[in-house]
Amino acid sequence: MDLNAIQVILVIVVAFLAGMEGILDEWEFHQPLVACTLIGLVTGNLTLGIMLGGSLQMIALGWANIGAAVAPDAALAAVASAIILIKGGQGTKGIGTATGLAITLAVAGLFLTMLVRTISTAIVHIMDKYAEEGNWRMINVSQWIAVCLQGLRIAIPAGLLLAIPTETVRSALAAMPAWLSDGMTIGGGMVVAVGYAMVINMMASREVWPFFAIGFALAGVKDLTLIALGAIGLSMALMYLALEEKVSKGSGDAAAAGTGDPLGDIIDDY
Amino acid sequence: MTEKKVTLSKRDRWDVMWHSQLLQGSWNYERMQNGGWAYSMIPALRKLYPNKEDMAAALQRHLVFFNTHPYLASPIIGVTLALEEDKANGVEVDDEAIQGVKVGMMGPLAGVGDPVFWYTVRPILGALGASMAINGNILGPILFFILWNLIRIAFLWYTQELGYKAGAAISSDLSGGLLKKVTRGAAMMGMFVLGALIERWVSINFTLKVSEVPIQKGGYIDWTKLPSGTAGIKEALIERAHGLSLTKTKVTTLQDNLNMLVPGLAGLLLTFLCMWLLKKKVSPIVIILGIFVVGILFHVWGLM
Repeated sequence: MDLNAIQVILVIVVAFLAGMEGILDEWEFHQPLVACTLIGLVTGNLTLGIMLGGSLQMIALGWANIGAAVAPDAALAAVASAIILIKGGQGTKGIGTATGLAITLAVAGLFLTMLVRTISTAIVHIMDKYAEEGNWRMINVSQWIAVCLQGLRIAIPAGLLLAIPTETVRSALAAMPAWLSDGMTIGGGMVVAVGYAMVINMMASREVWPFFAIGFALAGVKDLTLIALGAIGLSMALMYLALEEKVSKGSGDAAAAGTGDPLGDIIDDY
Repeated sequence: MTEKKVTLSKRDRWDVMWHSQLLQGSWNYERMQNGGWAYSMIPALRKLYPNKEDMAAALQRHLVFFNTHPYLASPIIGVTLALEEDKANGVEVDDEAIQGVKVGMMGPLAGVGDPVFWYTVRPILGALGASMAINGNILGPILFFILWNLIRIAFLWYTQELGYKAGAAISSDLSGGLLKKVTRGAAMMGMFVLGALIERWVSINFTLKVSEVPIQKGGYIDWTKLPSGTAGIKEALIERAHGLSLTKTKVTTLQDNLNMLVPGLAGLLLTFLCMWLLKKKVSPIVIILGIFVVGILFHVWGLM
């Protein structure tokens, strides 16, 4: 669909917010669930935006830049896929394709992140100058300039995508053969695993693997909602920690030995 | 004891908390969160150091390297506020002491924040919201946004207050017992939910036909014998409800066989493969693009 001037401005504002949050990581405007919904809202495609946000969020669950691992840019992926989906006018059928295209763009977006972080180095040197003068006002201003640059990092690509005529987007998407778009949808269903793998690699230890196994097995019971599963997981973790404390208090020997295996300690004492 | 001349009011501390939300705004390769840290301290420094020279010294003191999890910076900010307040009131607090507290706390606290917020709370809330949103339910994103920010702001404010009230004494405390427990508990719950998410949401469907066997007469709907028009549709629906097959043959796909064994097994194996690749230092981006390529190829070959 064609967007009018107000809609274009609002989309760019959402993109700007997403870009800011992409680095701040506070309000989470850059998470697909929020960004796609907002773009859907301002363009009058609320439901479509929500559905896209949901499926992209599933893929992006584990995306966080920690250590050396660099994940694709969730902010750019969310904003770009929403714009492509809405301009493409394919409705819910286009979600798979839009997701696939957007993730490719998000990879390119990483270079923009590096660029802005390098520019920020110059900004903190300017801050040093103001600090010597005790000029706190200009430090505030410099900080906001840095944040705005991060906003532009997403707002500018969004503006470029919006500038492409709707007809071009539509015909490009229509020219895409079915095997390609279906294959991308299938790939999108599997890509979710990468995020989970990143999270597991960070958290896994011998102690927590049984929790993983129980979660996997229980999820097969389709009557259990996610909230119910969350409650079970939380309860088990609390029980585990409470039992552990009890054992270490109850029997000084076992605690002193520090086996870190409460069940084993209980059995030994029995 | 010297009598306190300036104290930071609740309002000042709230302003600091509000400022601290821009902590990562000028994240840079040289000193990381230093600009954001100085920006966070400014509302307090303005009150404590009305004198220009003191202000300049304070600003320079806070523009040194700093990096931790953006939310776990709050207790550190709290402690630093307490120290700066003492310093402004004439207590002998040298720059090294302030620096020592910051560096001493930032490492251990970053180790707590990443697993708790990025790897437990956000994936759980995100999955909860996304599972509703996929069906177009507006409650999904609203729930995610509100719950996340309530938890976050409460955390920022109360841990900053905790740090401010406890002062420097807390720095060894925080990295010890309790936080370790929280981290471990979060990892347990996180792994449980991840197991569930992989079963539910990694969608792999092998459409490859394993077998196609004819169904006995009477086991399928005989379309030629149905009355014509709407009566026929009605009859067909009734027969379908009785469990009759739509076609004369029963198709079993590879996926049906896998599901009989362990539902979600393919997704689990794919996740393990990704974990292995990540451990081998393959970039997640390469893996993601690779999976798209595999998806397209398998689809073209009729496997999926």
